[in-house]
Amino acid sequence: MPDALIMTLPTMTGRSLRLSLRSPDALLTALLLPVMLMVVFVYLFGGAVAIGTSYIQYVVPGVLLLCAVTGASTTAVTVCQDMADGIIDRFRSLDVPGTAVLAGHVTASLLRNVVSTVLVVAVAIGLGFRPHSDPARLAAALGLLLLFVAAVSWLAAAFGLVVTAPEAANGAMFFLMFVCYASSAFVPVRTMPWWLRGFARHQPATPVTEALRGLLLGQPSGGQLAAALGWCAGLLAVSVLLSMVLFRRRTA
Amino acid sequence: MSDELAIEVSELAKSYRGVRVLRGIDLRVPSGSVFALLGPNGAGKTTTVRILATLSRPEGGRVRVAGFDVVRDRRQVRRRISLTGQFAALDAGQTGEENLRMIARLTGQSRAAARRRAGELLEQFELTEAGRRRVSTYSGGLRRRLDLAASLVGRPSVIFLDEPTTGLDPQSRLIAWQAIADLAAAGVTVFLTTQYLDEADRLADQIAVLDGGLVVAAGTAAELKRRVAAQRLDLTCSTAGAYEQVSRALNRRVVHLDPAARTVGVATDGSAAQVRALLDDVDPYRDLIASFAVRQATLDDVFFALTAPDKEAVHA
Repeated sequence: MPDALIMTLPTMTGRSLRLSLRSPDALLTALLLPVMLMVVFVYLFGGAVAIGTSYIQYVVPGVLLLCAVTGASTTAVTVCQDMADGIIDRFRSLDVPGTAVLAGHVTASLLRNVVSTVLVVAVAIGLGFRPHSDPARLAAALGLLLLFVAAVSWLAAAFGLVVTAPEAANGAMFFLMFVCYASSAFVPVRTMPWWLRGFARHQPATPVTEALRGLLLGQPSGGQLAAALGWCAGLLAVSVLLSMVLFRRRTA
Repeated sequence: MSDELAIEVSELAKSYRGVRVLRGIDLRVPSGSVFALLGPNGAGKTTTVRILATLSRPEGGRVRVAGFDVVRDRRQVRRRISLTGQFAALDAGQTGEENLRMIARLTGQSRAAARRRAGELLEQFELTEAGRRRVSTYSGGLRRRLDLAASLVGRPSVIFLDEPTTGLDPQSRLIAWQAIADLAAAGVTVFLTTQYLDEADRLADQIAVLDGGLVVAAGTAAELKRRVAAQRLDLTCSTAGAYEQVSRALNRRVVHLDPAARTVGVATDGSAAQVRALLDDVDPYRDLIASFAVRQATLDDVFFALTAPDKEAVHA
């Protein structure tokens, strides 16, 4: 099984990338939406949010997280489309492992997110964002973000295997975006109503955002980084296993 | 090679949600032959093909394809087969050529070999021009042709085609038929399902008729045609007594009975000579048969001939 995965993964990734490059709405979601979100948060909300420091410095890590989530959640749609088409039978009769079909979409999602992250950071710097970091920490921030993207992409893949219509698969994005809003990504948790604080503190988006802030702005964030890595690794492991089980059930 | 069996099915059974879709079928397909599984919608054709192509698990019975068991040696089977389902299994967002190259890569061919193979197949299926366009711009017929080409990429020894020409225009149908005939000539075993008698007739060496999850008839096209012809001669009798007499006289040749209309249908080739001889034969005094009509036999006729319960009454 592993050698079949290694043999077919490059082809499956190339396929997913080509398909997403040719789907205008997927491309829009992947590249334009993150930039628009950045502009919206910095200019529209930025003036109204008073948190003591410069809001753009505060919000950029949060927007990076939100972009990662929107980019990764399109995996649900592409996976769902594959399952609805006859193409999945073709892949199976060619003995392409289910993990390779899914991993192809996830790898493509990672590559799309590298591009969109670079684009968003460039726009952020244009808008006045100034990271206080060094190359090692920047690399660590990108690594953490990609680990998060991988975990969310696999989770989205699992969602895409559960729903039967690509339109419904789109719902993954709204759910995941909500999880980001209810975290410290855009406003500090202490400003939230009391009943939301518990959730906001104990969900993955908050430690991942805080760890990104620490790495990008040169603040100490060891505890948050460990929590973020733990959440991402756990989420990744659970999502991969869940996807494999669901794939097996769908194709039984 | 030709005396070996490419497909060997015994006692195959399968249920979906409590409904018995296949109720113990047996099939034997020699290597290098074309086999047609003929049947109406819901007969269990697709279920059979999916099990034979390792996509679905059999519930009971044994299935061997290309010399391997489809459950125990699934991977070995998959290396030797290809399946083209009822719905085109292609990426609409990729060009025809890209689809073929992707499949070639997935069968383990090198980049250069994949490009070569894609080119060959596009040429063979008259798709060289269309191959540069995205599949989303293709007509149904073009898609089907590309789908057939795709099933050949890995040079399988057994090819499964699930209703390869359903929904095709006549020209595309002819091209698909030619492609299937070419495959057979190249020594590939072809297992296809169809709802069309003429398709099975034209392509297949052996035909099995599937109905209600059972094989109700099997044999060569000629053997089956002896029981059901492509056309039917309907004789409308003058009286109830005449109807009795004519249906008894024709006995085994009857493929259709309608007591209310006093009509007896028999298989015919539609030639004037045959019709005249038959009329003279059953109605020498020219008083039993009031009128007659020649019509195209439908699949309904086949199933009437093969499965209708009141057939026994006629034969008795």
